[in-house]
Amino acid sequence: MSLKFALVGNPNCGKTTLFNEITGSTQYVGNWPGVTIEKREGKARKVQEDIKIIDLPGIYSLSPYSMEEIIARDYIVNEKPDVVINILDATNIERNLYLTTQLLELGVNVVVALNMMDAADAKGDKIDIKILESHLKVPVIPITASKGRGVKELLERALNVAQTAASSGVAPLLNEMHDESIVSSIQEIEKTIIPQLNSKIGKSRWTALKLLEGDERVQETLNVPDTLLREIKLLQDKLEKKSDMDIETIIADSRYQFTTAVTRKAVKKKAQSSHLTISDKIDKVVTNRILAIPLFLAMMFGIFSITFGTIGSFTIDFVDELVNGTIATFLSTWLAGAGAAVWLQDLVSGGLIGGMGSMLVFVPQIMLLFFFLSILEDTGYMARAAFVMDRLLRKLGLSGKSFIPMLIGFGCGVPAIMSTRTLENEKDRRLTIMLIPFMSCGARLPIYALYTAAFFSSNQTMVVFSLYVLGIVVAVLSGFFLKKTILKGEVAPFVMELPPYRIPTLKGLMIHMWDKGKGFIKKAGTIIFSVAVVIWFLQYFNIYFQPVADPGDSMIGALGKAIAPVFAPLGFGDWRSAVALLTGFVAKEAVVSTMGILHGVADATEGSTDLITALQTAFTPLTAYAFMAFTLLYMPCMAAFATIKREMNSWKWTLITVGYSTGVAWLVAFLIFQVGKLMGFS
Amino acid sequence: MERTLKELKPGEKSTIIKILGDKGAVKRRLMDMGVTRGAEVMVRKVAPLGDPIEVNIRGYELTLRKSEAENIIVA
Repeated sequence: MSLKFALVGNPNCGKTTLFNEITGSTQYVGNWPGVTIEKREGKARKVQEDIKIIDLPGIYSLSPYSMEEIIARDYIVNEKPDVVINILDATNIERNLYLTTQLLELGVNVVVALNMMDAADAKGDKIDIKILESHLKVPVIPITASKGRGVKELLERALNVAQTAASSGVAPLLNEMHDESIVSSIQEIEKTIIPQLNSKIGKSRWTALKLLEGDERVQETLNVPDTLLREIKLLQDKLEKKSDMDIETIIADSRYQFTTAVTRKAVKKKAQSSHLTISDKIDKVVTNRILAIPLFLAMMFGIFSITFGTIGSFTIDFVDELVNGTIATFLSTWLAGAGAAVWLQDLVSGGLIGGMGSMLVFVPQIMLLFFFLSILEDTGYMARAAFVMDRLLRKLGLSGKSFIPMLIGFGCGVPAIMSTRTLENEKDRRLTIMLIPFMSCGARLPIYALYTAAFFSSNQTMVVFSLYVLGIVVAVLSGFFLKKTILKGEVAPFVMELPPYRIPTLKGLMIHMWDKGKGFIKKAGTIIFSVAVVIWFLQYFNIYFQPVADPGDSMIGALGKAIAPVFAPLGFGDWRSAVALLTGFVAKEAVVSTMGILHGVADATEGSTDLITALQTAFTPLTAYAFMAFTLLYMPCMAAFATIKREMNSWKWTLITVGYSTGVAWLVAFLIFQVGKLMGFS
Repeated sequence: MERTLKELKPGEKSTIIKILGDKGAVKRRLMDMGVTRGAEVMVRKVAPLGDPIEVNIRGYELTLRKSEAENIIVA
C-alpha cells in the first residue's frame, strides 16, 4: 500500500533540507500545473514502506490568496495525503504555529517536526516537547534536518500515525483554539447553514469556519447562495461590533492568541528581544547605514571576478580544449576514417561541436554562479540584499527581491532568470525576467571589444561603460512602461522575514547548485542542440539544398539578405550584419565569429586585426555604436530563451519578452542612428 | 497616545493595536506574519537608503516598508 506524506511549513524553516534528507536523489522537480511554482516529489529512502513525499510550497498561512497557499491547501484538501508533516523552526515557534493552527483546523493527520533544534539549543532556549504535544494534540518530534538528526524517528512516528489514525474530518481542537464567541458562531453555521448547501461537505466544521472567515474560494466552490451569505454576514457583523476589528483580523488574532499561549507555556527563552543574537551582530555590519552598500558591491565584485576572472577563464579554456580540441579531433578523424559523407563530417564538426561547444564552454561558469547564488540564499544574505536595495528598486516598480537576480544578469542571464524563483509575486517575477536581458551579460563583451577596438580605440572603456548604462536606463524606462501597461497590478507587499544567518551545509549547497544546473543543461541543451543543427543546416546548404562554400550563397545568407532592409534605418542594412545577428541567437559570441566568416577572415576573434580592418569599411563609428546597442538589447541567446520559457512556463510570455526586447533594440538603434545623423555624425 | 509604527525610532518598543484599512494583500500578509493586537514590537533599524524598516516581533526579524508601517497603529 503506498502512502503519501506532504511537507508543509514556513519559508526558511528547513523544509527543503528535510525533503532532501528524506528523498535524496529520488526527487523529481517540476512545476505545479499552469503556474511557475516548483513542485517537488520524491520517495522516502531507508524505509521499507512505499512512501511518496511531496514538498508543498513554503507558506505562512493557508488563506486562499497567493498561488502558493492555494496550491498547498488544495493539495491537502483534495489529494488527502495520509500525513501532513508540519515543519517548524524551533527558534521561531510562536509565528510558525500560526500555520499549524490552520492545519489543525483542517482536521487532517498532522505530525509536527520541530526543526533546527541545534540552533534553538545554541540560543539557550528550553522547549518542553510534552507540553507542546499536550496542547496541540499531535506528535511533536524534535529534529535537526541539516545534520540528519531525528529524521528516522519522524518518519517512524508519521508512519505510525498513517497506519493507525483515521482522519475523522472533525477538528476537535477547534473549540480550544478559538474564542468562545467564534466557536459558537461556527457551530451556528454548521447547524443551520451547511445543511442548506447543495454540495456534500466532508469537513463541515472547517467549512463553517471558512465561511465565517469570509473565505472567497470556499464560497465560490460551494456556490453559496446570497441568502445564506447574508445570514453569515449577520454573524460576522455581531463579532465585528463586539471587538472593533474585521472578521479576518478577529480570526487571525484568535489563532495568535492560541500560539502565544502555547509558546509561553512550552518555551523558556533565554534571551530578550533587545538582546543581540549573533545574526543581529552580523547584521550590524551587513545592513549598516554606511557599510551595507559598499560591502554588497565588494561581495558581488568578488563573485564576478572569481567566475569571470582567472578561475572562470581557466574553465573556459579547459572545456574549449576538451570539446573543440580533443573531442572534435577524435570525432572528425573517426568520421573521416569511417568514410562518412562530407556533409556529415561538417555537420558534426561545424554544426554540433561548434554550436554545442560554444554553449558548453560556459557551463562551468554558470555552475559557479549557481554555487555562489546558493550560498547567498542558504546563508540568508539574499534577504538582507533585498532589504538594503528595496528603495532603489521601488522606482522600477519592483521590490528589493529583484535586485540580486538583475545583478547576476550582468554576468549571465541564465542563472539570473532562474534565481527569480525567490520572487513570490508572479507579476514581479515576470517583469524582472523581462528586464534581465537588458543587463549587459558577459557574452556581449567580445562584440564590444571588437567594435570599440575598430572605432573607438581611444575611449574603449568609456564607450563600453556607456553601453552598460544604456542597458540600465532602458530597463528602468521599460519598468515604468510595462508596469503601466501589460504588467499592471496591485503593488505587492514587501513584508518579508529576515531569517537568522545559517551556515549552509556543503551537501545542501551542492544539491541546490546541481538542481539549478541540471535543469539548465537539460532544457537549454536540448534547444541549443536543435538550433545549432538548424543554423548549421541553413549555413551549409543553399535554397536548392546544394552544399555551398561561401555562406553568402547559403539559405541563411538568403535569409540575411531578405531581412537586411529591416536594419537599413538603423545604419547597418547589409546582409552580413543581418546574418551575424541571426547567429547571435545561438550565442551572443557567435556574432563575432560569424562576422569573421562572412568577411572572409579566418579564425576570427575579437582581437583579429584583419576583422577590424574589414569592419572599418563596413561600418562607421555611429553605425557601430547603433549596432552594439542593438546586440545589447535584442532577443537573448538560446540558453536564456530556453530558461525564460521554463521559468515563465508560458509560450505567450516568452514570446512577449523576446518580441519586446527585440522591438526596443530596433527602436533604440534607430534613434541612435537617425538622431546621430541629424546631429551631424555620419 | 496612539502612534503609527512608522513613527517609532530604532530601539523603541511598543504594542500593536490594529492595522488600518480594509481587506487587502498587505493587511493579510501583515496579520499572517503576526502583526496582531497585543503583539510586542521593537524597531531594530532603518535600511541604509532610508526605507524599509526592520522590526523584532514575536521573536523574529521582520522588514516592511514605511508605507506599510504607517497603517499599523501602536500604543
